[in-house]
Amino acid sequence: MAGEVGTVVHETRTLIEQLPALQVVVPMLSAPLIVILGSRGLARWIAFGASLVSLVISFLLMMQVIDGTFISYTMGGWEPPLGIEYRVDIANAFVLFLISAIGVVTLPFALKSVAHEIPESKHTLFWACWMLCMTGLLGMVITGDAFNIFVFLEVSSLSTYVLVAQGMYKDRRALTAAFDYLIMGTIGATFFVIGLGMIYMATGTLNLIDIAARIEELGVNRTLRSGFAFVMVGMGLKVAMFPLHLWLPKAYVFAPSAVTVFLSATATKAAIYVILRFIFTVFDPTFAFAENTLEIIFLPLAIFAMFSASFVAVFQTNFKRMLAYSSIAQIGYMLLGVAMLSQIGLAAGIVHLFNHGITKALMFMGVGALVIHAGGAFYTQLAGLGRQMPLTGAAIVVGGLSLIGIPGTAGFVSKWLLVQAAFERGVDQPIYTAIAFAILVSSLLAVVYVWRAFEVLYLQKPTGAAKEAHWTMIVPMWILALACIYFGIDTSLTVEAATEAANVLIRGTVEVATGGVAQ
Amino acid sequence: MELFDLEFLIGHVHYFLFIALMMTGLYIVVQKTNLVKKMIGLAVFQVSVFMFYISIGKVAGGTAPILPMDKKFHVDVAAMEGVLYSNPLPHVLILTAIVVGIATTALGLALIVRIREAFDTIDEEEITEIEQRLTHQDNKKHGNAMGGMA
Repeated sequence: MAGEVGTVVHETRTLIEQLPALQVVVPMLSAPLIVILGSRGLARWIAFGASLVSLVISFLLMMQVIDGTFISYTMGGWEPPLGIEYRVDIANAFVLFLISAIGVVTLPFALKSVAHEIPESKHTLFWACWMLCMTGLLGMVITGDAFNIFVFLEVSSLSTYVLVAQGMYKDRRALTAAFDYLIMGTIGATFFVIGLGMIYMATGTLNLIDIAARIEELGVNRTLRSGFAFVMVGMGLKVAMFPLHLWLPKAYVFAPSAVTVFLSATATKAAIYVILRFIFTVFDPTFAFAENTLEIIFLPLAIFAMFSASFVAVFQTNFKRMLAYSSIAQIGYMLLGVAMLSQIGLAAGIVHLFNHGITKALMFMGVGALVIHAGGAFYTQLAGLGRQMPLTGAAIVVGGLSLIGIPGTAGFVSKWLLVQAAFERGVDQPIYTAIAFAILVSSLLAVVYVWRAFEVLYLQKPTGAAKEAHWTMIVPMWILALACIYFGIDTSLTVEAATEAANVLIRGTVEVATGGVAQ
Repeated sequence: MELFDLEFLIGHVHYFLFIALMMTGLYIVVQKTNLVKKMIGLAVFQVSVFMFYISIGKVAGGTAPILPMDKKFHVDVAAMEGVLYSNPLPHVLILTAIVVGIATTALGLALIVRIREAFDTIDEEEITEIEQRLTHQDNKKHGNAMGGMA
């Protein structure tokens, strides 16, 4: 390559063409900027500005690729497969949009919540870590290079451990929660790297599309199979796929409320996206082993997660812990949709990824607002607060209904698609009809655990006086609550994007590699 | 191919070493209760993967992948033709991974310092004991999770 340096033609690109790079660079640069300026007042504004810019960018990117094309951005002008390629198609543009939207909505909420839970001297660094976490998540989703995924995964993970540990000012158990997460997360990420190493051994490339093309040529051998297994286990740890979920409840319960909101809506979702990419784009699911992985491992585990985690959630006395277990169950729904190996099932999984993201963010925000007044998230501390804080309470009710999947809320749409997918497969395989009923039954468990929270908030006698939450918390909460309702009624954006994403993912690699318009 | 083929064993010896090292690391992480030792285990585990990567970059008979660019006037270019180089890409990847590994170790040790300040111990069993006590206090005050059955 060295000899060609002189002959590279430097072409000017418009700002629009640079969007894929800016998507990651803007939040990334905001982090050191926050640290260098070192001003508490400026930090939150820089963070908010950078999040807002990345939301706009992700929206523009999504609009460019919503028709099923893709954008290929070559980092530094090095052509793939040698250089790092950022590859945006509707599947990751959708996840980028979710992550940056949650980032923008959570930030105003975090202002009061963070001020309440973390000493002021730490705020500047907290926001820097927050932006790094977001950078990592966005980068992991946008990149088309396998090793780049690992690097961004670690950027987001390392900052996540720090963010979780910030709960130590309220409860010292946050430290051990962060440490456990660090051990598990590092083992997961290292497994992912081992898998990549094996895939690289067999194919000699790290570009996802290029790997796919070479696997197509070579066929599958034992090295690729073990590489696939390592990648799935490594990412499964990050997704908190049952039974690799042990880090999740503790991390969610003891992390600062704002961090829990952000993580629950984005971190596991980005990892699920990576799993989808590997199963559908890199390894064509028609290869028997990927199909077997889905049917023999993902499907039973997903169903088991739906029931066991929901069941555990029913008996919790802590609102936050209940929601954490509910998250594990909901991840089960997403993986169930993916494991059904049909276009509609995959679309259901992706829609649920989005809908559950906004729903769980809303629920955790509600709890975060209550905790400021109650001092803790135990049900005994929250008695009757729904009546004293009507706006917060009502937002939690909307979130709870969406969690159950009541018609008219976002949760209903994704569960409807999921059941539809199961019945579709059930036409020739009756076991899937049983799975459709299993989805309904486990939703009933959600009714139980959500109702317990409603009962505490509305039917029990308040123990003391409490004021309504600050408006900076109410507004983000209601934006999400209205989004829950909006996406439950007008499904054109979510279902359309998810169906198109499922198409792009499932269409197979050869067509994807040639079917789009590269910029 | 026979399983106990000596040439097979010698040809794959770096894999066996990688797996032995990796399992040693994982075993330390799982078995040790001292948090610092856990971090050491984690580092061993990560280093095993670095070695795996570097070993797969080796091309039989290949030399260090360095082009003598700055000395090009003293090097007989014709003699450079046909020189076999090892694959440099895994090395470069591992440079990145080493940095990530250092960051992880540093963050882990920093957390251990804070854990020591908060719990006055770095032994996992003692920490678990303290945490169970805290959970019992919570449960007494706020009602048992799982209705007291768990």
